[in-house]
Amino acid sequence: MLVTRVIPCLLLKDGGLVKTVKFKNPSYIGDPINTVRIFNELEVDELIFLDITSSINKSPIRFDILSEIANECFMPLTYGGGITNMDDVKKIFTIGIEKVVINSFAYEDPDFISRIADMSGNQSVIASIDVKKNFFGKYELFSHSATKKQSKNLVDWAIELEKKGAGEIFITSIDKEGTWSGYDIQLIKQIADAVSIPVIANGGAGNIQHLVQAKKEGNASALSVGSMVVYQKKDFGVLVNFPETEELHKALDI
Amino acid sequence: MIIIVDYGMGNLGSVFNMFKKIGAQSKISSDLGEISKAQKLLLPGVGAFDTAMSKINEKGLLPVLNQKALHEKIPVLGICLGMQLLTNSSKEGKLKGLGWIAASAKKIQSQTDQKLRVPHMGWNIATISNPSPITKDLPVPSKFYFVHSYSVHVENQNHSMLKTNYGGEFDSGIQNDNIFGVQFHPEKSHKYGMKIFENFWKL
Repeated sequence: MLVTRVIPCLLLKDGGLVKTVKFKNPSYIGDPINTVRIFNELEVDELIFLDITSSINKSPIRFDILSEIANECFMPLTYGGGITNMDDVKKIFTIGIEKVVINSFAYEDPDFISRIADMSGNQSVIASIDVKKNFFGKYELFSHSATKKQSKNLVDWAIELEKKGAGEIFITSIDKEGTWSGYDIQLIKQIADAVSIPVIANGGAGNIQHLVQAKKEGNASALSVGSMVVYQKKDFGVLVNFPETEELHKALDI
Repeated sequence: MIIIVDYGMGNLGSVFNMFKKIGAQSKISSDLGEISKAQKLLLPGVGAFDTAMSKINEKGLLPVLNQKALHEKIPVLGICLGMQLLTNSSKEGKLKGLGWIAASAKKIQSQTDQKLRVPHMGWNIATISNPSPITKDLPVPSKFYFVHSYSVHVENQNHSMLKTNYGGEFDSGIQNDNIFGVQFHPEKSHKYGMKIFENFWKL
């Protein structure tokens, strides 16, 4: 029995925690350290931190915040945002964060994924793909927080990232992100069926039923959640929360 | 002082962080002198079996590790790949393991028709197969965070400490006298992992 991972994905901007809708309109959620303390108390499975501005602004990685997080949280931790060289990767790993997410820079230098995998193993590198449907319903890839369109084909790119040594694929629907309307199941399934590494579904989770869909219909290995764990409910105020383990286990693993 | 043996494999920061959290003194080191004075050794490791064994050999760590584990019999804890190194061999590589516990690692394979994703990555339950001081007072059930593609099987069931099921049962915790190994990452496993580290610290 493998307990399906449900992973809060927390967005960092200028040292604060924010939540976006379709990658836009970041609303302030709170101080990252206070928030991770709550998730730590709630014994969540894993945490992913993404700095949503560092790739666009080329701003330095907030090692100070990452270090504080790693001193507090004894669970799998992942960081992504603005990583472009091995020194950054090494520094992140030394702090005690054991996985990095690479998205924008993979388009410039796909071998960067291989270099990380060679140094620290495939499990230490997650390749992330941000996807938006165009006017004709075709999936298009974007990088730099959805500001830069990429010309790669979705499935081909996922397969290439696996070949380069990515240990997991983090797949995000830009259209669904922050909408509470459920994951893009078709998108997740396309990727999960094309690669043999675990696929983490992201974008759109609003309730447990959505998680079940992404796992059972989309074949996702893990489920990333944002809005539903930082807000009380849709259009309500901030409330850091996490579904009961029992409830998740019953819905996802049995 | 616990020495976290730095032979160049794996992320040692989080292991150090957890020891600090429980108030245990630990130091990351590959220095032969420091290792030879250690009261306890933690053998971490992420990556490939042969790469790890070659690095241990290259750094000339083998004699001092054998001395500490087999002659001085200080408590040694191997985690993840560090546990697999305690065994005789792994199907992942050709080199011999440390051979401190009669066991070997083989590739995780589905024993049913169910599609099994490898690596086994995520939280899973570990059940006590034989009581051990380092699993003392563990909550039941206890869940731990796993990341591995090869799993260990002991030759003598007395050396099994914890069992886990993923496409079949394997030994997720092993022990031979003063030598302990766990397949999962205690340093990433909330209070469950912390309990194991505390127990190890108190040995």
